[in-house]
Amino acid sequence: MKKILLATAALAFSASFAIGGETIRMGTEGAYPPYNFINDAGEVDGFERELGDELCKRANLTCTWVTNDWDSIIPNLVSGNYDTIIAGMSITPERDEVIDFTLPYLPPDPSAYVALSKDVDVKNGVIAAQTGTIQANYIAQSGATVVEFATPDETIAAVRNGEADAVLADKAYLAPIVAESNGELVIVAEVPIGGGVGMGLRESDTELKEKFNAAISSMKEDGSLTKLTKKWFGEDANSF
Amino acid sequence: MFSFCTDPQSLEGAAWLACYLTTGKHLDFYGAFGTVLLLLAVTAPVALLFGFLAAMAARARLAPLRWLGKGYMAVVRGVPDIAFFLFFVIALDQAIEWIRHKILCPDWSEPVYQGNDFVVCPAAKMPLSSAPQWVHDTYSFTLAVFTFAIVFGAFAGNVLFGAMRAVPRAQTETAEAYGMSRRQAFWRILVPQMWIYALPGLSNLWMILIKATPLLFLLGIRDIVYYAKELGGMKTQAYAYPHPDWRLWYFLALLVFYLAFTKVSQIALDRLMRRLNRGQATLGGQSGGAMS
Repeated sequence: MKKILLATAALAFSASFAIGGETIRMGTEGAYPPYNFINDAGEVDGFERELGDELCKRANLTCTWVTNDWDSIIPNLVSGNYDTIIAGMSITPERDEVIDFTLPYLPPDPSAYVALSKDVDVKNGVIAAQTGTIQANYIAQSGATVVEFATPDETIAAVRNGEADAVLADKAYLAPIVAESNGELVIVAEVPIGGGVGMGLRESDTELKEKFNAAISSMKEDGSLTKLTKKWFGEDANSF
Repeated sequence: MFSFCTDPQSLEGAAWLACYLTTGKHLDFYGAFGTVLLLLAVTAPVALLFGFLAAMAARARLAPLRWLGKGYMAVVRGVPDIAFFLFFVIALDQAIEWIRHKILCPDWSEPVYQGNDFVVCPAAKMPLSSAPQWVHDTYSFTLAVFTFAIVFGAFAGNVLFGAMRAVPRAQTETAEAYGMSRRQAFWRILVPQMWIYALPGLSNLWMILIKATPLLFLLGIRDIVYYAKELGGMKTQAYAYPHPDWRLWYFLALLVFYLAFTKVSQIALDRLMRRLNRGQATLGGQSGGAMS
């Protein structure tokens, strides 16, 4: 009898938890400044942290942040370990088959090749890219040899130590690294790949998608999204 | 951490380093060493227990039980650790949520599998989405311990199974001649004597277990290798403490940690070996016995 009472109490307790406000777990990579990174205090920081918190506020949701490897960021979303992906993910038809995207919160932004010198042949050389990115796909189709790495940081290190001739990644990620390299690294070329960047959601989560779409639209309308984009990506960044 | 750390930009030299090494992220890194040690401390006995049960089952007179023990050892030992870790944890997590879903939300009409999505009712989430972060951490840690224990239990089971067979038959026969039952002979004669035969194999397993702890990151736990990689990577001005690629130093620290830890383990295991050898009918035991 006592056990049954305890069990019911536990059930009631957990049920009340579920009803008392929806908690959305925001999944991000935490290794792609300025989009998202883990700051020195050990917390998720960056453009998407600020954006996500604001969107949650506008959509009246309680949000917590979770980090996950880029490699397995989609599988862990669909199996329910977190509810959104907000990790600088470009909206592509291939990804859209597996998950759903909100409206884009960043317009299409060029990718850039970065190398140790201007005269690297990006069409036939060895190019580093992060696994599972649009850039990795692009290199494979361009005829160059692609070497893939699990984290963005390793792709830069590969260029520095000569393992790859150049790296292809979002220009917004590479620009600060080039600027702070004291001339060691240079931007060789830019290519326009990828659609806009949006939040990834499970295809079954249509209600949540509507909430975030409404929040993103309201941020576009009142100009706060533009302000936030300029704050993290510089004054001349593309924004809505 | 220190009072002078408020403005990292103005710091230099030792002060910068002192502040850098005490950032929140570094403290998490130091804490991760505790996570690894805790994992080892919990996993080792649990794996040994699994192994012991498997070895006992593999020796059972009841055929289905024997198949179960031998099947477990054969299957788990035959699957690559990484594949097992990737498959088992997702499968276990989904199984737990599926069972909770069936119990807690009997009225739920939508299917659990919708295309690619695995969707259970919010109350069946394990842990609940609204649970604080430490509950999520504890849950994934428990899953990790369980998975490690299953993998290493299969190897331990095989070692113990062999060790049980290595005890000289005459020992058990003598026990039976004294009128002990099979059960009594097992617990009083066989088990106390088998450890000496099991120890070399088990100590190997312990060393491999220590080195397998970086697999933790596969299970979503931030272990020391994750932090070394994350902290060591080049940092731009977006961070409070920008620095070039320092992964080499961080990995060197890990190397020293793992080497020191395995060395200490080796010393402890050698001592245990000497102690277990005492009075045994083994070469080590007899020579040691003659001297004392």
